[in-house]
Amino acid sequence: MNRAATEHGNDAASNPTNEPTNDLTNDATKGDTVVSRIQPAALVMADGSVFEGEHIGAVPTGGIASGEVVFNTALAGYQEVLTDPSYAGQIITFTYPHIGNYGTAAADAESRGVFARGVVVRDLARRHSNWRAEQDLGSFLERHGMAGIAGVDTRRLTRLIRDVGALPGAFAPTDGPGAQTLEQLTASAEAEPGTDGIDLVAQVTTAEAYRVGSGPRRVVALDFGIKSTILEHLGRYATVDVLPASATAAEILALEPEGVFLSNGPGDPSEVPYAVATVKELVGKVPIFGICLGHQILALALGGRIVKLPFGHHGANHPVMNTERGQVEITSQNHNFAVDPESIASVAEVTHINLNDGVCQGLRVTGVPAYSVQHHPEASPGPHDSAYLFEQFETLMADAAGATAAGRA
Amino acid sequence: MPKRTDIESILLIGSGPIVIGQACEFDYSGTQACRALREEGYRVILANSNPATIMTDPTFADATYVEPLTLEVLRSIIETERPDALLPTLGGQTALNLSMELVEAGVLDEFGVELIGADATAIATAEDRENFKDAMVEIGLGVLRSGIAHTVEESMEVVEEIGLPVVIRPAYILGGRGTGIAKTREEFAAAAATGLAASPISEILIEESIAGWKEYELEVMRDRNDNQVIICSIENLDPMGVHTGDSITVAPIQTLSDPEYQVMRDAAFACLRRVGVETGGSNVQFAVEPDTGRQVIIEMNPRVSRSSALASKATGFPIAKIAAKLAVGYTLDEIPNDITKKTPSSFEPVIDYVVTKIPRWAFEKFPGTTGELGTSMQSVGEVMAIGRTFPESVQKACRSLELGQIGLNGGPAEQRYRDMGDDDLRVAVGIGTPDRLFEVAEALRRGWSVDELYELSRIDPWFLDQLSIVVEQRLWLEQHQGGIESLTRPEWRRTKQLGFSDAQVAHLVGGTEAAARAARLAAGVITTFKTVDTCAAEFEASTPYHYSTYEDESEVRPGTKPRVIILGSGPNRIGQGIEFDYCCVHASFALRDAGYETIMVNCNPETVSTDYDTSDRLYFEPITHEDVLNIIEAEAASEGELVGIIVSLGGQTPLKLADVLPPELVLGTGPSAIDAAEDREEWAALCARLDIPQPAGGTATSTDEALAVVERIGYPALVRPSYVLGGRAMEIVYDDVDLKRAMAALSAAGTLGREGGLSAERPVLVDRFLEGAIEVDVDAVRDGVGETVIGGVMEHVEEAGIHSGDSACVIPPSTLSDETIDVLCDYTRAIAAELDVQGPINVQYAVQKGQVFVIEANPRASRTVPFVSKATGRPMAMVASRVMAGSTFGELRAEGLLGPEPELEHWSVKEAVLPFNRFPGTDALLGPEMRSTGEVMGVDTSAGLAFVKSQLAAGTAIPEPEDGLVFLSLADRDKPGGIEAATLLAELGYRLAATQGTAAALDEAGLKVEQVVARIGVASDAPAEAGEPDAVMLMNDGRLTIVINTPRGRGARADGDYIRTAAAEHGVPLLTTVAAAKSFAIGIGELRETQLKVRSLQSIHEAVAAASGTVSGSGPEVDR
Ligand SMILES: Nc1ncnc2c1ncn2[C@@H]1O[C@H](COP(=O)(O)OP(=O)(O)O)[C@@H](O)[C@H]1O
Ligand SMILES: Nc1ncnc2c1ncn2[C@@H]1O[C@H](COP(=O)(O)OP(=O)(O)O)[C@@H](O)[C@H]1O
Ligand SMILES: [Mg+2]
Ligand SMILES: [Mg+2]
Repeated sequence: MNRAATEHGNDAASNPTNEPTNDLTNDATKGDTVVSRIQPAALVMADGSVFEGEHIGAVPTGGIASGEVVFNTALAGYQEVLTDPSYAGQIITFTYPHIGNYGTAAADAESRGVFARGVVVRDLARRHSNWRAEQDLGSFLERHGMAGIAGVDTRRLTRLIRDVGALPGAFAPTDGPGAQTLEQLTASAEAEPGTDGIDLVAQVTTAEAYRVGSGPRRVVALDFGIKSTILEHLGRYATVDVLPASATAAEILALEPEGVFLSNGPGDPSEVPYAVATVKELVGKVPIFGICLGHQILALALGGRIVKLPFGHHGANHPVMNTERGQVEITSQNHNFAVDPESIASVAEVTHINLNDGVCQGLRVTGVPAYSVQHHPEASPGPHDSAYLFEQFETLMADAAGATAAGRA
Repeated sequence: MPKRTDIESILLIGSGPIVIGQACEFDYSGTQACRALREEGYRVILANSNPATIMTDPTFADATYVEPLTLEVLRSIIETERPDALLPTLGGQTALNLSMELVEAGVLDEFGVELIGADATAIATAEDRENFKDAMVEIGLGVLRSGIAHTVEESMEVVEEIGLPVVIRPAYILGGRGTGIAKTREEFAAAAATGLAASPISEILIEESIAGWKEYELEVMRDRNDNQVIICSIENLDPMGVHTGDSITVAPIQTLSDPEYQVMRDAAFACLRRVGVETGGSNVQFAVEPDTGRQVIIEMNPRVSRSSALASKATGFPIAKIAAKLAVGYTLDEIPNDITKKTPSSFEPVIDYVVTKIPRWAFEKFPGTTGELGTSMQSVGEVMAIGRTFPESVQKACRSLELGQIGLNGGPAEQRYRDMGDDDLRVAVGIGTPDRLFEVAEALRRGWSVDELYELSRIDPWFLDQLSIVVEQRLWLEQHQGGIESLTRPEWRRTKQLGFSDAQVAHLVGGTEAAARAARLAAGVITTFKTVDTCAAEFEASTPYHYSTYEDESEVRPGTKPRVIILGSGPNRIGQGIEFDYCCVHASFALRDAGYETIMVNCNPETVSTDYDTSDRLYFEPITHEDVLNIIEAEAASEGELVGIIVSLGGQTPLKLADVLPPELVLGTGPSAIDAAEDREEWAALCARLDIPQPAGGTATSTDEALAVVERIGYPALVRPSYVLGGRAMEIVYDDVDLKRAMAALSAAGTLGREGGLSAERPVLVDRFLEGAIEVDVDAVRDGVGETVIGGVMEHVEEAGIHSGDSACVIPPSTLSDETIDVLCDYTRAIAAELDVQGPINVQYAVQKGQVFVIEANPRASRTVPFVSKATGRPMAMVASRVMAGSTFGELRAEGLLGPEPELEHWSVKEAVLPFNRFPGTDALLGPEMRSTGEVMGVDTSAGLAFVKSQLAAGTAIPEPEDGLVFLSLADRDKPGGIEAATLLAELGYRLAATQGTAAALDEAGLKVEQVVARIGVASDAPAEAGEPDAVMLMNDGRLTIVINTPRGRGARADGDYIRTAAAEHGVPLLTTVAAAKSFAIGIGELRETQLKVRSLQSIHEAVAAASGTVSGSGPEVDR
């Protein structure tokens, strides 16, 4: 079990929506099965399309759950997806029909809570079965105050958002306690601003700095919505100071890091100009490694441009070509924005390309120890093919240290 | 890397006859490979002894050798064709083993043939279980404690260390043959012996047993750049201990968390790297301990496998095709994904539905088998079903099986499980059998808890809970008051989403299936069709590959051309297999070429017909009344005209639907004709009208009626149910006792709603059994204007009484007179005309002392169509399908699809391949009930040589005189014929052994009998030196090289049982008819003169065409 998760687990224990986490035993070995009480619910999209289903999880805060509806095609790893802060402000649709089969376990949490606005599934497992499980997904959702809707034709929904791009939507029970009318749902779907123009990072970044890992190297990680598996990787070779997204370059350099890590996070990078400014100051001063939003922020800091994709990447099966190795990596992805390679051509080289649509997935800054990737080398969920990128970061720091040592001599 | 240009021609080895553990999935893979390689411009040379396959169709390769798959034969093919490379990974274990032999024998070096797609060391590492384990330990993967033994003694030492229970598994075997679990020392000693015998290198692996753990499979692809992807993950519902090929399996994996799955994925990649599979598809099997998550690797197959076929159908990713392209140098990222067109193949398919595979067995045909599933595969076929959820897909799979189940439970077939006592049921759910799933459902119906059932069955609680959701709905429906009409839309929707068929609802709520359908449609719950697209809708896909479900949105794209629906043949089973898939696929090709849009419906994942690019549209669906009606509705919605449905090419499965489907849509021969042929009275009347003699006989619905019939016709008599395939439950009876038993058995079957049941509308047929008659099959096609074309006249080698599907047959007839042949053809024409057939028909005759009797007529494509097509060069299935769609022979001749009457200068023999070695303890005797799983073909310039080739192809080694004795034990009526055979063999220098009676007869005929053999029992309970040894003892000592043993009719069977069973176990050539013995002797004689020559089908067909005066006899050269 990873330390970061435990610490946040403790944070979570002090958060009101959280129920006591003891006596969570594995149903597979316990007698009783989770009885599903069917309460009709509906999901209405901003374009007016309606999806029938049944209510699951917690009662939506404010009666209706609304947000930008996105999908993820991973076959397993629902808990990691739900606890990934990058989904802040979004309603997550799982395209695989059976969700909750193997329950949930604290070890699989990617952060202290659930930042998504809701979850849409075709079928929520009534009973889960796995030796690792500590709690079923239904109760997990309730514990995190997360509302959901099941029984939805998620394929129809996916085809819809695939074609129009991420689309706002709203769902709630349509019968029984807390019932809402379709009109009310339509209204809030239309009113839903989506993620544009909102600084979602501010909502998910850590309030105070904290330290994880015990490795010899010193790394500062800027938390735009960092996943705990990333900290595990860095923690293997470094002592990591995790700082709020608002940390200034001065604050960062004051810690004399051997490397700075720019984390993943939610939403549009243009909403975090302060982070871009910070990184601008850091480039060239200290080795940098960025992932996902961190990758986009680095690109902006280099004067690059960010484009919104016709349809984003939302799965754990995307082929990415490592242009240096000439090898394919199957990667975990979740982004609607991407770096325009032209815009950084003069300062950086493209190191990774998505084979499905040619989108830029990684870059290395020329003449400066800094690189970043759009996809998720930490996976969770997803393949380990890109894990080497974390070792690269250590090598980069080692070389830089060597260089400066040589410089001093 | 681009494709290789340094090689021009590639040899592909097929998997030979369909056997248990190696079925038509290798026709699917071979066919895909042939197409892929030719697409790339390579010259493809194909070797496969199986004439029923689509890949051996002359249009799929440049040179097709339907020849025995032996080292010698392969050598001469290589010598003639001089291929640059050999691709060994697409023809199953057969091709892999044969390729290894070619390497070891130095043949590949001699002719400079490069092994591509896998190298010898990789194969050795993966196939030798000891090497494999060492390799896996070396890369840090978990394996099971085990040891290797080459003798029973060694094995005892090994088990000392490991401790019981253990699993015994031979090296280099197929489908787990000879493997078993031993719990006691006694069991162990026996199992070790069997295992050693089964292994070609007499080596067994003894391993700690982990029966009850979860079992998983990953389908992996690797290219020469070490890019690796998982195509599909599979979870076995049946835990470790039941062979994956016999397990109900589900894709994708359901009960592993992502961290666990990723560890497994990494392990699979490490495994392929270490083994050294340079390119292609592999299958890696894992086991997981449920309570700790401990993962161990079980085995890997460095080749396309049964599971790859399943994985391809489950995901839409064409594994075999891609494997072929990787073998010639491409990398995954260079090959586009046909389905999305836009994205490359270097990705991992994700699916948004659940796939369930259920195997189908044939234990009922093998008395003496326990019906228990174990580590050795015993199933003969499988079905696959796609649903949005597991409950929906498992219920669809149940009704696809065609075993009387209309779903998981809640149908008439459920009764037999309801009749079980709790104690029996408790035991039953603990043992893997074909019935376990239904027994589990019954236990859930009785309210047993998931936890109790988990303890008993070790089936994962998630699956059990999902099943209980189905059962709860079943109970709810049963209790529903107010009739079908009162079911609301939400109630219907939930019911259908859980996979219930209208028939189930009707049975539970009360009412007819039609009423249920009407009520459902009235409630506004209509079938929707989703698409299999490899990406869970993340990208737009244009695949015409659909499955039904009950959701909001349907994705079928309207077609514009006139369309024809072709109903496939469902799961492979004995009596109905690949031959029918061949017919359906050919129909699809022919009709597509003729400008129709073709729509395939089938539920068999092993087949070519279920490749999404075989037809314009594929519906992977059960072939039931309801499911077909739903497809008709979906298709009728399209603009282009729905011309009709072809029901007569898929065997009995679609034919059964003929009279329930809209009559105006059934193409070709009408339902009335089908009934006329099946209905005993009508058929008899018809034969009388045409005055074509039939064996005397009558029908009976009770034992008394049967006895009455026999009063009239006398014994021996043949008893059989109507409307069955493969002579199911058919028996020759010699007296009232036999007859009563047979009738009792049949009426028992009736109550199960099973195939071959006895009921008023399905009476039993009782015929005079024609002894010593020659059986003949005639395949023909009749067109709409009344012309009948005879496709082929096949003379059987074995006499009537041996099922046509189990007997060898030869084209052209080898002993029949021209007059007789004319009579046979005239009768066939007359029958086809009288039935007003429009399409294919097969008529079977028995010729007794020159008089022709008709046995039966099937107004549908027969098992022999592919054989006939390959023997004569005429594409009979293509012709038949065009005729059914309205063309006349005149038009087809003009097109060049139908050539003139072929002039045959060569002989073709079809031989059946029987699975007795899989079912130790069953009598290896042939009879009127079909039991063969597959067939092979031998072609040569004389009937004798063709027969010997067919025997070689069937796996019979031809012994030399010095190898040992030829043993004869004959029924009196067979002695004359037997003596002829013995004489021929003696002239060739073979030395004879025989049982007393036979020995005396041979002696009289002046033949020297070296060894008189004792009756079984006589010797074995006396010390050996006391009397002569018996046949079984001699075989155990390996002294017999050929066994000629014909049944003694009544009584003395038991004796023969032992002999034949021993022969089957020791793999000693066994001839159970004098006819076969004679052909064998003649063939061996001719073989002495010449040595075997190989010749491609293409050159044979050209010769035929030339002789009969046309350019090409093998159909249009369409590019596929
Ligand atoms: N150690 C074991 N304990 C229990 N069952 C086993 C063990 N090893 C294999 N089996 C069972 O036997 C089956 C066949 O074994 P496998 O190694 O896959 O041979 P094959 O080559 O026939 O597939 C497996 O599918 C599994 O169910
Ligand atoms: N009257 C008969 N005399 C001798 N053999 C018969 C007779 N009727 C059927 N048979 C044998 O039984 C086999 C199966 O009978 P058939 O009617 O062809 O059943 P199926 O419909 O399964 O092919 C035939 O191939 C033939 O060998
Ligand atoms: Mg296996
Ligand atoms: Mg027949």
